[in-house]
Amino acid sequence: MNMKWLEQWFEKIEPKGKWAWLGSTYEAFHTFAFTPKTVTRSGSHIRDAVDMKRSIIIVVIALLPALLFGMWNIGYQTNLAAGTDWGFWHCFWFGLLRMLPMIVVSYVVGLSIEFAFAQVRHHEVNEGFLATGLLIPMIVPVTTPLWQLALAVAFAVIIGKEVFGGSGMNFLNPALVARAFLFFAYPTHMSGDKVWIANDLWGSDAIAGATPMGELAAGMHPSASAIDMLIGTILGSTCETSVIAIALGALLLLFTGIASWRIMLSVFLGGGLMGLLFNAIGYNEYMQLPFYYHFLMGGFAFGAVFMATDPVTAAQTNTGKWIYGLLIGAFAVLLRVCNPAYPEGMMLSILFMNCMAPLIDHCVVAQNIKRRAKRAAIGKEAHNG
Amino acid sequence: MKNIDLIKLPFSKNNPILVQVLGVCSCLAVTAQLKPAVVMAISVTVVVALSNLIISLLRNTIPPRIRIIVQLVVVSTLVVLVDQVLKAYMYDVSKQLSVFVGLIITNCIVMGRLEAFAMVQKPWPSLLDGIGNGLGYSVILITLGFVRELFGSGTLWGYPVVEKLGLYGIGYENNGLMIMPPMALILVGLIIWWHRSKNKDLVEQ
Repeated sequence: MNMKWLEQWFEKIEPKGKWAWLGSTYEAFHTFAFTPKTVTRSGSHIRDAVDMKRSIIIVVIALLPALLFGMWNIGYQTNLAAGTDWGFWHCFWFGLLRMLPMIVVSYVVGLSIEFAFAQVRHHEVNEGFLATGLLIPMIVPVTTPLWQLALAVAFAVIIGKEVFGGSGMNFLNPALVARAFLFFAYPTHMSGDKVWIANDLWGSDAIAGATPMGELAAGMHPSASAIDMLIGTILGSTCETSVIAIALGALLLLFTGIASWRIMLSVFLGGGLMGLLFNAIGYNEYMQLPFYYHFLMGGFAFGAVFMATDPVTAAQTNTGKWIYGLLIGAFAVLLRVCNPAYPEGMMLSILFMNCMAPLIDHCVVAQNIKRRAKRAAIGKEAHNG
Repeated sequence: MKNIDLIKLPFSKNNPILVQVLGVCSCLAVTAQLKPAVVMAISVTVVVALSNLIISLLRNTIPPRIRIIVQLVVVSTLVVLVDQVLKAYMYDVSKQLSVFVGLIITNCIVMGRLEAFAMVQKPWPSLLDGIGNGLGYSVILITLGFVRELFGSGTLWGYPVVEKLGLYGIGYENNGLMIMPPMALILVGLIIWWHRSKNKDLVEQ
């Protein structure tokens, strides 16, 4: 396809003179359509075909399997609860119509705030929100009212990101900040014991149904089988249920090297070890639960693949990544099993470790300096002696 | 400094909470509702004003080495008086505020003004400074109490505003986060943000 006309059109409308203040908005759309012609002129930077915009697009593509499955599952769950007999496309279409308004609200609210801040601060619009804006509707219950979602997105972008200086400067994962806001501000929609199924297409009233997490918090064994949870035909936040769909996204992220395999692996390792430890104690029903159930239920897999690996908020050093991931997994399972007030521990565990990540990095770096100083001292001694 | 500035400055450029960052603890703890916030604001204003006045009167007779003890004795006497008055006339609010009335003794604004101002100034300016700082503190406390009660519980001074407006009928819900102290901290942060964008000279380089 010849894109010459679009490029010429962009050149024609480049804001100058009294419209120069719109520069960052123009730049955002221009570089979204075309790779910038300018290259880095100073300093030592990695020169690569992949820039921020391309890597964010890959994250969005990696989210697609989970998103599409989530849309179908929304319809499927409503179908089950209502006792009707919908076909595949009917389920998918229902879910699509439920999800679309949430995605639109998330992007419109979030991007308007991002663009406004970029204009006021005279910097470029960062593309990080393309992923965040899609992640937020994917990790909330389908029954969340749209105005609450809009509030949560605004809170996440302003308090979670912009006050620290925008994308790349935030120490908390903005999508999880939005979820935490909903979790603490409107707990009746997030508790997970009855409000996760969409009743009709437009209303926000829901049919009662319990998620596996809710059942376990109430002291029951989950009614869904492990296979169901693996495939994802269970109740939960919109797009977090299918471990298989998430695994497809994870493969893409690992193959392109955008997400750290160290973090992903260590989160599962930490969760598994904690699960085994509880199995050994075996004090109640929840502790006796096979350890791999923790990977299948709730947001564990989704959090491990898409949230914990966020390069901005994770630990940066390789040793730090192992510590960071192990503790996320371990804390998530610990919270699930030992704190009935929070049926799902993944969100709080990742947010907590987001706060700790800089400290972990600091300790790793300090340790490294100490080790090398010691080695240097030995070398000097040997040289002198 | 002119006397009128002693009252005026604590409202903006020298606000005890926004600029001196004193007394933040109590402002997070008691502002979930408007009524206790107002009572707390009045109590602190009375204590700061009177303790400033008394310490300023005594300032030339207090040996510097034991000045903190003397200040504490004066402040705690006043706090006990305030506590007794609240218990006698506003028992429900007094129960709600619980330990936070007693903790006015440790409120940094009180000790801060005594050390920074009353120990070296004449009684009349000291009294004005106390009133000014108390009111500066009150403005923030009452703002927080107003916002947090309105959005957190849907009421104002116990009156169900949101219910009377019929907002629950169209799907509005109270924001549970507003009642929690962390949200008060975020709100104070937002107010400081707004305040600094209005007063550029306060922004550190």
